[in-house]
Order: sequence, then C-alpha cells, then structure tokens
Amino acid sequence: MIYGNQDLAALLITLKLATMTTGILLLTGTPLAWWLARSRRRFKFIAEAVVALPLVLPPTVLGFYLLIALGPHGPIGAIMTAMGGRPLAFTFSGLVIGSAIYSLPFVVQPLQDAFTAVGERPLEVAATLRASPIDRFFTVAVPLARPGFLTAAVLGFAHTLGEFGVVLMIGGNIPGSTRVISIAIYDHVESLEYGQAHALSAILLLFSFLLLMTVYGLNHRFKRVRP
Amino acid sequence: MTITRTAMAMVVIFWAATAAAAEIRVAVASNFITTIRILGKRFEAKTGNRVRLVSGSTGKLYAQIRNGAPLTAFFAADARRPRMLEQEGVALAGSRFTYAFGRIILWSPTAGRVDHEGRVLNRGDFRYLSLANPKLAPYGRAAEQILRHRGLWQTLHGRMVRGENIGQAFQFVNSGNAELGFVALSQVISADGGIRGSFWKVPRTLYDPIEQQAVLLRDNRVARAFLSFVRSDTAMAIIKKSGYAIP
Repeated sequence: MIYGNQDLAALLITLKLATMTTGILLLTGTPLAWWLARSRRRFKFIAEAVVALPLVLPPTVLGFYLLIALGPHGPIGAIMTAMGGRPLAFTFSGLVIGSAIYSLPFVVQPLQDAFTAVGERPLEVAATLRASPIDRFFTVAVPLARPGFLTAAVLGFAHTLGEFGVVLMIGGNIPGSTRVISIAIYDHVESLEYGQAHALSAILLLFSFLLLMTVYGLNHRFKRVRP
Repeated sequence: MTITRTAMAMVVIFWAATAAAAEIRVAVASNFITTIRILGKRFEAKTGNRVRLVSGSTGKLYAQIRNGAPLTAFFAADARRPRMLEQEGVALAGSRFTYAFGRIILWSPTAGRVDHEGRVLNRGDFRYLSLANPKLAPYGRAAEQILRHRGLWQTLHGRMVRGENIGQAFQFVNSGNAELGFVALSQVISADGGIRGSFWKVPRTLYDPIEQQAVLLRDNRVARAFLSFVRSDTAMAIIKKSGYAIP
C-alpha cells in the first residue's frame, strides 16, 4: 500500500478544509462581491485593495500575522479567551479562518466580475415588473452570474487544496487535525521519502487539473448557450 | 576637479576591495544561526572576506545541497547528513568535523511555568507542547527520546505541535500559542548566560548526544579558513557561551 493511514488522513483533512472554506467564502463573499459590483462609493477602491491583498502577500506574512493574532496575546486570541473559548492556533477552526482569508480574492473577484457583467438593464426590467430587491437578486442576478459562481467555487476550492505557507505557520502539523496534504508532502520530501511524496503529489496534480478543466469546460458551454 | 579625483579614487578602492575579498556561502541549521552570525562577523573583521548565511532545517539543506545548491560549506544539526554527503561524494572527504553538541531545554517564556525537573510534563496542565518535527530535526528526535524516557510519548501525542525546524518550534512557544516547548538552549540563552522565563535543562543522559558536524562542499581557500577559524579556541569559547557543549 503506497498510501499510509496518515497520508489518507491528511488527504481527508485537506478535502474537508477546502469544502468548508469554499462554503464559508461563498456565503460571505457573495454579499461582499455584490456590494463591490454595485456600490458607487468613492472609497470602494480601498475595499477592493483589501480583498486583493492575499493575492500578492506571501502566505508566510499572512501566517505570521495570524499566529500572532490568534495567540493568547493577540486580538483574536484575547477575544476567544474572554468568551471562554480556546485560542485557535493549531486547531482545524484556525486553519479554516486562515484559509478563508487566503482564498478570499479567488472567490470574491470572479463573483464581482460576474455581477458587473450582469449590468443594470436586466435588474431595471425586473424592477419595472415589481420584483423586490431580494427577488431581483435571487431570480435575476444569481442565475445570470452562474458561471461566476462556478469559477469562484472551483478556484476557492482548488486554491485551498494547494495551501501551504499559512498552514505551516499556524497548523502545528498535528496528524488527524491540522496536517494537510501539502504539509505531508513537504515532510516526505524533507525526510527523503520521495516515493510517498511522488504518490501524494500526483494525486494533488491530477485533482487540481481535473477541477480546472471542469471549470473551463463548463464556462465555454455557458458562453455558447448565452448570446 | 577634486570631486572627480575623489570619485575615481573611491571607485578604485571599491574595485580593489571587491577583487581582494572573496565571498563564501554557508548553509547552517536553524539552531546555530545566531551563533554562526557572531562567528561570521568575527571572521569578516579579521580577514575582510564575506560570509553569507543560508539557514533552514538540516534535512532541507541536505536535499538542496545534493541537488546542486551553490553553497561552500554546511553546518548541520546532526552528524548523519554531513556523513551522507561525504559518502555520496558531494562533500570534500576529510573535511568533516564536530563543531558543537546541542543542548535541549524545556522552556516557557512565562516565569514559574516550567519547574527545574520538568514535572510539568507529567502534570499535564497545558494545552500544547511544541517541539521540532522528530522526523526532520535532530532536536525533535531528542525531544521524542526524552518524552519516551518519561513514558509520556503516547499520553501527550494529541497535544504536541511540530515545528518544521527548531526555529519554528521556538516561535510557537515564544508567541504564546503553545505554553511550553522543547527548544535549543542556544535559542534562549542571553549574552550574559541568563535564561528568561522558566525552564528545565534536560540532563544529557535522557537523549542521544546531538552531535553537530560541519563539512566543506567545495575546495575553497576562504571556506577552509573559515572552518579552521570555527575550530579555534576563540570560536569555541563563543560556541560554548552560546549554549552548546564543545567537542
């Protein structure tokens, strides 16, 4: 058996992390992207820059700040402790928070582009037909922005799969809890177990490729269907 | 006129200085980085050559060296990797020597957290214990041996957080995210020999000696000079003061 139990556990944790992160980001990222696409406020560009930050910041910077922020002396850690909770570093929840920040632009930007592409016209038409703002959002904007949702979900998921730097900094490499696949690969490479490293890397490569192929394939279909 | 002349003189001096002074690139295990920085400065002041340092875990540096990283010498945290490099013909035969024996310490930045016999480990009134990954780092392996010796390896398994190297293990404790951890004595000892926080200096009978060896990767005059400087009495005194036992 080329895949050990610990490797399989790492794979499962990675999938769980990516699924939860994508779910959370779709829920929180959709209203944010909608606001970014529709708002005419002068200082919107500041929010856009903040959303894009994880694209350019090295993951080690994010991980380092998170380690300090989540720690007992940091702001988030202090709030958690005051509420009777436990600090979040070295926990799966901590990884979800880190991943959500890390993958934020990959979800918000495609959604924002999709909402912008919908334009004013269909929404105005719906409004003249007495659709409420919520109705307009769910029955007009969301269906029209469907390719954007697909791209956002797949990119968010795939990007979290490949996450390494943030997890390395705040995960603590606990088997069955915070050891994700990229960390397991790193461990194998460092301890010269190239066979296992190859086996795990191949899974990640294949999986990421299939995901991206799906999203590009479907996007082409959507484009052909829509005039 | 004088300005041009001064400028020209400066260019000549600069050119002469760069031509005479050579630069070596030294890979060093994370635990030894602060100490070798001091040694490097001394060597630079003495000879005018430059010592550039690349730090990381011994395992990673080993893999990079085997794959052709342009490094002149390697200060590992163990004896195994330098020996392997020698056997593989990557390192220069006969250049290998022991420069220090690492000492491990159970440490917390909080006063009174760790007692002088390490009984805190058995009491278990902490959430996380940080250590370097035993698979990758010699200091991690030593920590594992100590915990096994105490019969706590299985009990504490769920509370251990593993740093990729001893530097990260230290960072986990120092940031307060783990209450205590096994770190290198050299990481917490101050210039006057004091240690802040609370600690247990683990008796050396509880773990195999962490024999740290250095090896030459290229036949280079300056690198040879640097390695023999490290073996000098002056350098050994610095290494000892930094929290290591010396050969």
